[in-house]
Amino acid sequence: MDFIAILSIFVLACFVGYYVVWSVTPALHTPLMAVTNAISSVIIVGALIASMAAGQEVAKWLGLVAVALASVNIFGGFAVTERMLAMYKKKERPAAAKK
Amino acid sequence: MHEAAPVNPWVALAYLVAGICFILALRGLSSPETSRRGNRYGMAGMAIAVVTTLATHHIASPIELAAAIGIGGAVGWMTARRIAMTAMPQLVAAFHSLVGLAAVLVACAAFLNPGAFGIAEGGVIFPVSRVEMGLGVAIGAITFSGSVIAFLKLNGNMSGKPIMLPGRHVINLGVLAGILGLVAYFTQDQAPWIFWTVTILSFVIGFLLIIPIGGADMPVVVSMLNSYSGWAAAAMGFTLHNSAMIITGALVGSSGAILSYIMCKAMNRSFISVIAGGFGAESGGGGAGGEKIDRPWKRGSAEDAAFLMKQAEQVIIVPGYGMAVAQAQHALREMCDKLKEEGVSVKYAIHPVAGRMPGHMNVLLAEANVPYDEVFELEDINSEFSQTDVAFVIGANDVTNPAAKTDKSSPIYGMPVLDVEKAKTVLFIKRSMGGVGYAGVDNEVFYRDNTMMLLADAKKMVEEIVKALD
Repeated sequence: MDFIAILSIFVLACFVGYYVVWSVTPALHTPLMAVTNAISSVIIVGALIASMAAGQEVAKWLGLVAVALASVNIFGGFAVTERMLAMYKKKERPAAAKK
Repeated sequence: MHEAAPVNPWVALAYLVAGICFILALRGLSSPETSRRGNRYGMAGMAIAVVTTLATHHIASPIELAAAIGIGGAVGWMTARRIAMTAMPQLVAAFHSLVGLAAVLVACAAFLNPGAFGIAEGGVIFPVSRVEMGLGVAIGAITFSGSVIAFLKLNGNMSGKPIMLPGRHVINLGVLAGILGLVAYFTQDQAPWIFWTVTILSFVIGFLLIIPIGGADMPVVVSMLNSYSGWAAAAMGFTLHNSAMIITGALVGSSGAILSYIMCKAMNRSFISVIAGGFGAESGGGGAGGEKIDRPWKRGSAEDAAFLMKQAEQVIIVPGYGMAVAQAQHALREMCDKLKEEGVSVKYAIHPVAGRMPGHMNVLLAEANVPYDEVFELEDINSEFSQTDVAFVIGANDVTNPAAKTDKSSPIYGMPVLDVEKAKTVLFIKRSMGGVGYAGVDNEVFYRDNTMMLLADAKKMVEEIVKALD
C-alpha cells in the first residue's frame, strides 16, 4: 500500500470515529475508555512481528516485552469492560413511567 | 512507492475485518443494551488481528512468545477481576501507560531491525517510515510518562496539587520544538543518536506536561492520554502499513479527543488552559476565600435528613468524587431503596466532570445496582430541581456552586452547574466546613437558608440515615 492509500484509510477512520464516539451515551464513557484502551493494544501486531523475526536479538526481546505489555492491556481491558458493562441494569419494573 | 514485502490480499482483508470489528465495538456503546455485544466484537477483532499476524509470519521463538502472551494475559486478567470500581481512573491511566510503552518498544525494535518490518532497503530505512517511526516513538513515550504521572496522582502516591516549575511553558515548548526538529532531521540522517534523543526527550516532555495539572483536571488528562495512545497506535500502523492499527488508532484518537472536549466544555475551560495547568493551585481564588467562612450555616443530623426525605415527593441525588473516596455508593443505594419503599421518587443527577474520569459516577452507581434509567445527565435533569423537595449532594461541591452562574470573578464562572439550590431543601454531605472544592472556591450553597449541612464521612452519614429511616 502506498502512503496516500494509508492516509486515506486514516482520515476516513477519523471521521468514522468522530461520529461513532459522539453517539456513545455519556453513562458509558468509562467503559468507552476501557475498551478503547483494549483495542489500541492492537499495537501487539507490531510487537508480534518484532518478536518473531530472527536475527536481531535486542529487537526480538524488545518485541517480546511489548507483546507481554500489550497482552496485559488486551486481556485486562476487555475483561474490565465486560465486568463494568455487566453492571448496567435497567429498572426491574419496566412499567414504571419515567415522568 | 515502497518495495515492501508483497501484501497478501487475504491478510489485508483480515486486518480490515478486525478494524471493522473495532468500529462495531464502539458503536455498541451507544446504549447499555447493545454494549456487551459490542465488547464481544472488540474481542473478535483482536483475535482476528493476532491470529492473522501469527499465521503469516514464521515464528522464530514460539516458547518465549507464548510465555510473553501468557504472563501478560494472566496479569491483565487478574487485575481486571480484582480491581475496585472506585480505582477505575488509576487502572485506565496504568493501561494507557502500557500502550505507550509498547508503542515505544515496537518503534525501537523497528529501528533496530527494519528488515523484519519491510521498511528498509539494505539497512536504509525509507524516509517516510522514519518520520512515522519518530512520531510513533515520541507519542508513545509521551503517553507512557504522562500516564505514569497521572496514575501516581490518581492513586494518591503523588499529591493531586499542581507542581509548578518556573518557566515551564518555555521549557515545554523548547523540548517540543526539539522533538519535532529532530524528527524532521531524522529523514536526512538515520543516525541512532537522533532516534534515542527523540525517545528520551519525549519521555521528559510527557512528565513535564502532566505534573502541573491538578487533580480536578484529571478527567481531561485521562481522556487526552487516551487520545495519545490511539495516535501512537496509528503512527505505528503507518509504519507497518497495517489497516487494523490505523483504523483503531484513528478511532481511539478521536474518542479520546472528543472526551477531552466534552470534559473541557463541562468545566468551561479551554483545552489550552487545562494543558497549561496550575488550576486549583491558588487557594481561595477569586477573593471568595477565608472571610466568608464565618457566615452562618445550618447543621443537620442524620435523623433530620431521614425525616425530610421521607416527607419528600422527589429526591435528586447529586454524587461526586467524595462518594467514590468514601465508597458510599452501596450505602447510598440502600438509602434510596428505603426511600422508594416510602413512595419517594428518587433520581440521580450526574455532572459530566463529577469524579476523576468521564462516566466515573455512572459506573459506581451501576456497581451498586442502581438502574441506569434512574441516572440522568446534567441537561436532562437540571430543570427538575425547582420541582424537587430534596437535593441530596454527596461528595460533590464545585459542580453545584451557583457562583458559576452569577459571580464573574469566580474561577469557575461560566461552568455549567447543577441547580441544587432551586430545590426546596438541599442536604449537603461534607466532611467539614473548612475544606473547599478542587477549584479552591467557597460554595454559596452552604450558607443558604434552605441548605442543611451534614458534616461527616459520606458513607457513615448515609448509613446513619438508613438506620434513621427504619
